[in-house]
Amino acid sequence: MLLELSSDQEFFQKTTARFLAENAPVAELRRLRDDPVGFRSTYWRQGAELGWTSLLVAEGDGGVSISGRGLVDLALVAYEFGRHAAPGPLVSTNVVASALSVAGTESQKELIAALLDGTATGAWGITEAAPHDGLSNLTFDIALDGDELVLNGVKRTVESASQASHLLITGRTRAGAAAAAGLTQVIVPTGTKGISLVPMSGVDLSRRFSVVKFDQVRVPASSVLGRVGEAGADVERQLQQALVLLSAEAVGAMQAAFDMTVEWSFDRYSFGRPLASYQALKHRFALMATWLQASHAISDEAASAVTDGRDDAPELVSAAKAYVGQYGAELLQDCVQLHGGIGVTFEHDLHLFLRRITLIRTLLGTPDEHQRRIAGLISRRLSPPQPLTGGSAS
Amino acid sequence: MNHEVESVESIESFRERARAFIRAKLQPAAPKAASVVRGDVTDEEELAAVAREREVQRALFDAGLAGVCVPREYGGQGLTPAHQRVLNAELRGYEYPSRAQVPTFTPCLAVLLEFGTEEQKLKHVPAILKGEELWMQFLSEPSSGSDVAGAITTAVRKGDEWILNGSKVWTTGAWWSDWGLCLARTNWEVSKHSGLTVFMFPIKSPGIEVRRIEMLNGSKEFCEEFLTDVRVPDTDRIGGVDTGWTVGSRWMFYERMGRNSPLVTMPEGSARSSGNAGATMHAIADAGGRLTDPRAQELIGEAQTLHVVGDALRRRVTQGITTRTLSDQSSAIFRLYAGLSETRRTTIAFELAGSAGATWVDDDDGELAEWGIDFLMRQAVCIGGGTTEMAANVISERVLGMPREVTPDRELAFRNVPRSRSKSG
Repeated sequence: MLLELSSDQEFFQKTTARFLAENAPVAELRRLRDDPVGFRSTYWRQGAELGWTSLLVAEGDGGVSISGRGLVDLALVAYEFGRHAAPGPLVSTNVVASALSVAGTESQKELIAALLDGTATGAWGITEAAPHDGLSNLTFDIALDGDELVLNGVKRTVESASQASHLLITGRTRAGAAAAAGLTQVIVPTGTKGISLVPMSGVDLSRRFSVVKFDQVRVPASSVLGRVGEAGADVERQLQQALVLLSAEAVGAMQAAFDMTVEWSFDRYSFGRPLASYQALKHRFALMATWLQASHAISDEAASAVTDGRDDAPELVSAAKAYVGQYGAELLQDCVQLHGGIGVTFEHDLHLFLRRITLIRTLLGTPDEHQRRIAGLISRRLSPPQPLTGGSAS
Repeated sequence: MNHEVESVESIESFRERARAFIRAKLQPAAPKAASVVRGDVTDEEELAAVAREREVQRALFDAGLAGVCVPREYGGQGLTPAHQRVLNAELRGYEYPSRAQVPTFTPCLAVLLEFGTEEQKLKHVPAILKGEELWMQFLSEPSSGSDVAGAITTAVRKGDEWILNGSKVWTTGAWWSDWGLCLARTNWEVSKHSGLTVFMFPIKSPGIEVRRIEMLNGSKEFCEEFLTDVRVPDTDRIGGVDTGWTVGSRWMFYERMGRNSPLVTMPEGSARSSGNAGATMHAIADAGGRLTDPRAQELIGEAQTLHVVGDALRRRVTQGITTRTLSDQSSAIFRLYAGLSETRRTTIAFELAGSAGATWVDDDDGELAEWGIDFLMRQAVCIGGGTTEMAANVISERVLGMPREVTPDRELAFRNVPRSRSKSG
């Protein structure tokens, strides 16, 4: 998290922190284990009133601004979400609201109001099932047929799909008479004929995901967000936003677990000494403190780079996701080890953060995948590729 | 009192001035500087580089760009760390006096500024800023590395002078340097930290023998020195008699700051660590025909990740210490990160090079060759400048506030502290 906040940012962050402490206490998180939705509608509406869903939306579309750098401000909320292992589809709702604001037609933008006031949540389907679960080998087919689009394929790990009235779907359009080949995005009502949802189980107590299947789904061509076959830049921007928010959220969870474990090391005595007095353990804490500060640093740097549209933004978001994914999980597992047996019980709070980190590690690209993306960026930098005929996701 | 109000030069005006100087007077950085750690620099090349860097330091001084954060009364510019960052940014891609920075500007100059007398500062600070004095640390000893306060090099007072005897080690480039900052024991009858004093002396003083150490990779960058009846006037003592650890602990602090110190001039992105980033790994994988191998791609991405995370962490720690939002001991966090990150990247380079990393044909294996030599030296970055274990102690004890290690030597007169197996057995 940023070392220095403006007074507005500080107020904004503290408000969310206080709200989450009161409305998403650990007892509530445990209760949500058996809740099919994963959050209360009043909770989400109140959060929306605090500004959780308005920061990536243009002011003309009803958005609000704290510092003028919306993604940096929203990363403060994401960080608090991590620190409290908070419920709710923060990332997908904001990405969808932003996508509509940037590329939507006037009628598509009518969907924004409900996202802003918290009466609706957003769902974004981009990733698919193995072996096509990489970010750049999407196979979901969006074909133009007269004044209709035909959608076929499976989107997997779509957050909050069962709650959303509409889905934002990212797919691929093959070259044809009427369209260039490339990525295409559509906004479709979740209830459209041919769409079926399979709810997924998962490690996190409150976050809910679905597999969404499209079988010959026909929607009017006006469902396209932007232009057919030309969504590459929009998708990249959405991906960067989502990666920044996921990284910030992971850092919050790391911080909470680390603070908890440092406290424990002073409180817990073995052989007449606090755990904090053993050098073997002190050095592990030093390593964890280093991973944690490095995670703060790269997560903030990525947020800043995306906000400012810097050339190194694609590399930094992948570096943030790769680093936080890998070392976040290592830090949490070390926290478990330092707690001993209590660390693997449901009664202790540590697993709430372990679950959140474990989930984030896999969402929108594992550490390995982001490392490969970085290698690809370096390759392109050093030897620009020949012009491609097909579209690609990045 | 007469208050003379001097307006601080604006950042923009400073930037213009720095840019004009750099473009007019400095040469572009060598495309791939030979690495002293790899041991492929001859003495003649090293001495020529030192001479050129003294010239560059002098040119910076003449242009009003040396000692940006050093007070004006000692020849500095009296400006802020923000000005120094601007200079570093403008220097990107240009030569700079690298051998004049660490340890001369930090920790040596930093220690002088904090503990030197007015006379000492007036004599040495301007000379340092002009490139006339390159300083080295006479700190580690053969019998005490991490335990620097266990120094046994001894200074005995004789009238207005001190007579020093003992040996020091791991001084970088002592054979071409001018002055040494030396920690010595002045009292054996009190506890370890209570009997130390800090001195300075010209390295070419009578009684100092400098011997170069050959590292396992052939590098002769480091030296050891033998001090035999070296006479140092009391006016060259820094800080009080027997209170040298007050100086010493700040000395360690300034050493850990290293290139993050606002006293250090170093082009942005020029740290040696950037050498083993993604582009280098890409070149190795390319030479080995492995660019399409997903495992190789992951290793390239991992190296680049560690590199850019390190850059972000350095900025964060520097900003945090400057604005007091992080403990000033947090530089140990960057130190630990840097050691672990660089060792991992050395391993990655060696891994990507395959067998040619360990056995190569000269002039034939190109980018694949010689990485095994770097691998042999891999741990050097976790040892030099304070070990990563000491950094871990600092982080846990001073940043996180965990209990200090039990040290039996604190209670004893230093003379009675066990210093080897035979003496304690």
